[in-house]
Amino acid sequence: MIRFENVTKVYDQKARPALDSINLEIDRGEFAFLVGASGSGKSTFLRLVLKEDRASSGAVYVAGQNVANISSWRVPRLRRGIGVVFQDFRLLPQKTVFANVAFAMQVIGKSRSVIRDTVPEVLKTVGLEGKENRLPHELSGGEQQRVAIARAVVNRPGILLADEPTGNLDPTTSMGIMGVLDKINQNGTTVVMATHDDDIVNEMRKRVVELKNGVVIRDEAKALYTSMIPVVGQSRRLRDASGRDEQPQVIPPRAGSRAEARTEFRTAGEGQA
Amino acid sequence: MRLAFVLGEIGSGLRRNLSMVISVILVTFVSLTFVGAAGMLQLQINQMKGYWYDKVQVAIFLCSDGSTAPGCATGPATPEQEDNLRTLLKSPAVAQYVNDFQYESKDDAYKHFKEQFSNSPIVDSVTPDQLPASFRINMKDPEKYEIISETFSSQAGVETVIDQRQLLERLFSAMNAASLVAVSIAGVMIICAILLIATTIRLSAFSRRRETGIMRLVGASKMVIQLPFILEGVIAAVIGAALASGTLWAVARFFLEGVLSKQYPDTAFISPGQTLILVPALIGLGVVLAGISSLLTLRRYLRV
Repeated sequence: MIRFENVTKVYDQKARPALDSINLEIDRGEFAFLVGASGSGKSTFLRLVLKEDRASSGAVYVAGQNVANISSWRVPRLRRGIGVVFQDFRLLPQKTVFANVAFAMQVIGKSRSVIRDTVPEVLKTVGLEGKENRLPHELSGGEQQRVAIARAVVNRPGILLADEPTGNLDPTTSMGIMGVLDKINQNGTTVVMATHDDDIVNEMRKRVVELKNGVVIRDEAKALYTSMIPVVGQSRRLRDASGRDEQPQVIPPRAGSRAEARTEFRTAGEGQA
Repeated sequence: MRLAFVLGEIGSGLRRNLSMVISVILVTFVSLTFVGAAGMLQLQINQMKGYWYDKVQVAIFLCSDGSTAPGCATGPATPEQEDNLRTLLKSPAVAQYVNDFQYESKDDAYKHFKEQFSNSPIVDSVTPDQLPASFRINMKDPEKYEIISETFSSQAGVETVIDQRQLLERLFSAMNAASLVAVSIAGVMIICAILLIATTIRLSAFSRRRETGIMRLVGASKMVIQLPFILEGVIAAVIGAALASGTLWAVARFFLEGVLSKQYPDTAFISPGQTLILVPALIGLGVVLAGISSLLTLRRYLRV
């Protein structure tokens, strides 16, 4: 669903790249966490998927299409296939819950009757039935984020990108939000969530992609926030990026094959254990 | 749905930015009024030129009933006198200066008079008999007016010979200068209007960046995002243009028709109806101004 091939993104020629030769594939229907410290490249990753920025080199594929080849007037169509949720909700303060969600349908020209049918359904999915006529400031943070999620998925995108959606919420509320995201994922939407929240990642046990200084230093299925297995020194660049002194065992990475890469990690981990 | 949505967006944009929108309306109003004033002056010049101005330079008026000129002692010009004059005009001595000439009968004169003075009360009190017949001469060289004047002034049946250009040229050059001034002021005001529209759109885009950001994310097309802003500027400019048109009409109606044409009944003034041909031009100009300046602004300040 999302495939990065050797993607490098340089914002400033003098500084290090925000993303450095990333190879990553996220399959249809998958749920993946993107973890890493601030500045590790998570947001850049999400921006490249949305074609908010262009990769300096390499190719980004979304739903099988190289986004570099999408002409600017067709970018809206790309974005209709991607829902986005932010840490700060980004609701329209003067619009009700219903109107906020309906807005996403209005602006792409959906008919009034379709909106009337769809919005309550989506609000029910995110657990907000009965609150259609509230204004955002009358809702709790968690409820506001549910509205934002409803807005992101109301047009049934194939992909949902969430940029630290629980960053402003307390742990209990966060778990509620994760329940909503999980439900959406169960319905077949690919979910990519950038987060710092270790509790959530540990609880969910989903695939974890860890970025550090623009490099993928870990890619594990059903993983925890912090690695249970030490990172093997795949290359000098990776080792430098991870900043850890690794054992000299070198397994050259085979580009484009995440499954194999993960097998290698696991083998390496078992080997060390 | 999409139309209703765009209209709603425009409405809320106009409300939020009311003071800026009013200033855009006023600035376009003033600038287009100056443009229109220049246009009105040109219309007025055309009106005063009448039927003959661009076609001939010299008119030989023949004696009519009320003529008091010495050449008219014998009363109105007779057909024989007219034939004499025609022969003289064709004679080699005169013909070398003349490109072409036409005879304007009393009835023709009345017809042209009615056209030119259609907006003046004088038209009702004039009959064909009061108007002199004339020969209208198109000169090879308008400067040689004196020769024609000397030759014909003393002829029997000729009341007077007039170089029409000289009479009106001065007035027209003054009016042309006035319309030039009006156009220059209009030019400066139009620059003001463009900059103000650009600033207004910028403010509007800034105050609605939340909405447009969300629209972008959920995949609204460029048109749906930008159209409300462009139309906002266009609507303000069209209101300004409508006000300018109304002002010009009022000037024609209450000043030209109501005051000047009564004070100077022998001058042909444009009618209020004639100013209406300026309206589409003014509105078109307003739309183009607003459209272009908002497009350029949005390209810079509204990411899509």
